Amino acid sequence: MSEPSARAQFKNVDPPFWVAWNQALASIRVRFFRQLITSVGIALGIAFYASMQTLRIAESSLTKDDTKMQWLVATSLLMCLVGVTNSMLMSVSERFREIGTIKCLGASDSFIVRVFFLEATILGATGSFAGATLGVGLSWIAARASGADVAFADCLGITLGATVIGMVMTVLAAVAPAIQAAKMPAAAALRVEV
Amino acid sequence: MENSREANTQDVVVRTVDVAKQYGEGEAAVRALNGVTCEIYGGEYLSIMGPSGSGKSTLFNMIGGLDKPSEGSVFVNSVDIAELTARELAFLRCHTIGYIFQTFNLITVRTALENVTLPMLFAGTPPDEAEERGMELLDLVGLGHRYHHRPTELSGGQQQRVAIARSLANHPRIILADEPTGNLDLKTGQEIIDLLRLLNRDQNVTIISATHDHKMLDVSDRIFHIRDGKLAKIETKEEAIASGHAAA
Repeated sequence: MSEPSARAQFKNVDPPFWVAWNQALASIRVRFFRQLITSVGIALGIAFYASMQTLRIAESSLTKDDTKMQWLVATSLLMCLVGVTNSMLMSVSERFREIGTIKCLGASDSFIVRVFFLEATILGATGSFAGATLGVGLSWIAARASGADVAFADCLGITLGATVIGMVMTVLAAVAPAIQAAKMPAAAALRVEV
Repeated sequence: MENSREANTQDVVVRTVDVAKQYGEGEAAVRALNGVTCEIYGGEYLSIMGPSGSGKSTLFNMIGGLDKPSEGSVFVNSVDIAELTARELAFLRCHTIGYIFQTFNLITVRTALENVTLPMLFAGTPPDEAEERGMELLDLVGLGHRYHHRPTELSGGQQQRVAIARSLANHPRIILADEPTGNLDLKTGQEIIDLLRLLNRDQNVTIISATHDHKMLDVSDRIFHIRDGKLAKIETKEEAIASGHAAA
């Protein structure tokens, strides 16, 4: 076994991208059910928002006045943001110990944040897209049944918009506590009991 | 500082100077450590003893660069930990110190082998080289045949063996073991202690262990007794054995 090379030079090389990617994938695969629940939470929030948005457009094609619906959309967006944030904060804070451990193994703060960023991006993208499609789809059917019409372009726009909102929220809600945990002294992160 | 270094011919890997640690502010402040000055030599097997709440774990965290002291300094390989940036501290943890915990703390989502290779990947080791050394280390702790199992599929003793293999990944000079036998039965605990002692002799790695396990004290070269945030007594192996016989 060889001697460590140049111990005194304190330059840390960040591991290649795939190390963080594999860690994120392993975390999603192994904790599949836990992550699925988080993801469903995101999807439901986004579905609610997307369906309200679609109904607003359907309503305005009939009555021209959509002030009431705008309020409903705004409220649904707020609820969805709180829901998504809550799911992610929970799922990250129950892993502070793991963060502390990885720090002890020599991970840089940025590596830890990167893993959580990747995980949240994957969860957020799939959850939000599924939710948005579901919400827009159901509302479209409901709107058609009541005689209103919603253009395909509008549906597409709402789906994309809701997916992006969901993804951004998921990533922010995951990365904020991850940064906080990564900056903690390792001993403090290890002490955290959930 | 310079004088004491010259005076001491032994290789000092960790030195603390008047280390104090305070948690909280004002009236609610708790002083977990109250001025500890000590030296730890390369290649020795050191046990830190003390009742819970004595500051033992705090001192342990200071030595390992897991926490920063409120006052005083900690030198690891003559580098003042307080002066290091977060990135340099990560480097120190990666290359110089290996950690073993009471609760094993393996990464639950990765296999035994991946747990051992992870610190090597942080150090920039190419993956195939890391895997090869990972297998070597797992063989060394007697778990080569279970490399693809995840921690949940291993017993406590096996998990601790993986943790020991992982701590050795980047050829550390120091291994910090925080109550490594605390969650193990007597026989498994003894095996872990024997393994640590073996590594200490064969690989000349310094072992610093916080413990109240008496089996651990028998193999220690020196024992630090911590009381009320202070280093109350330093006992060498001979003294410990003598006092042990007197008690028996």
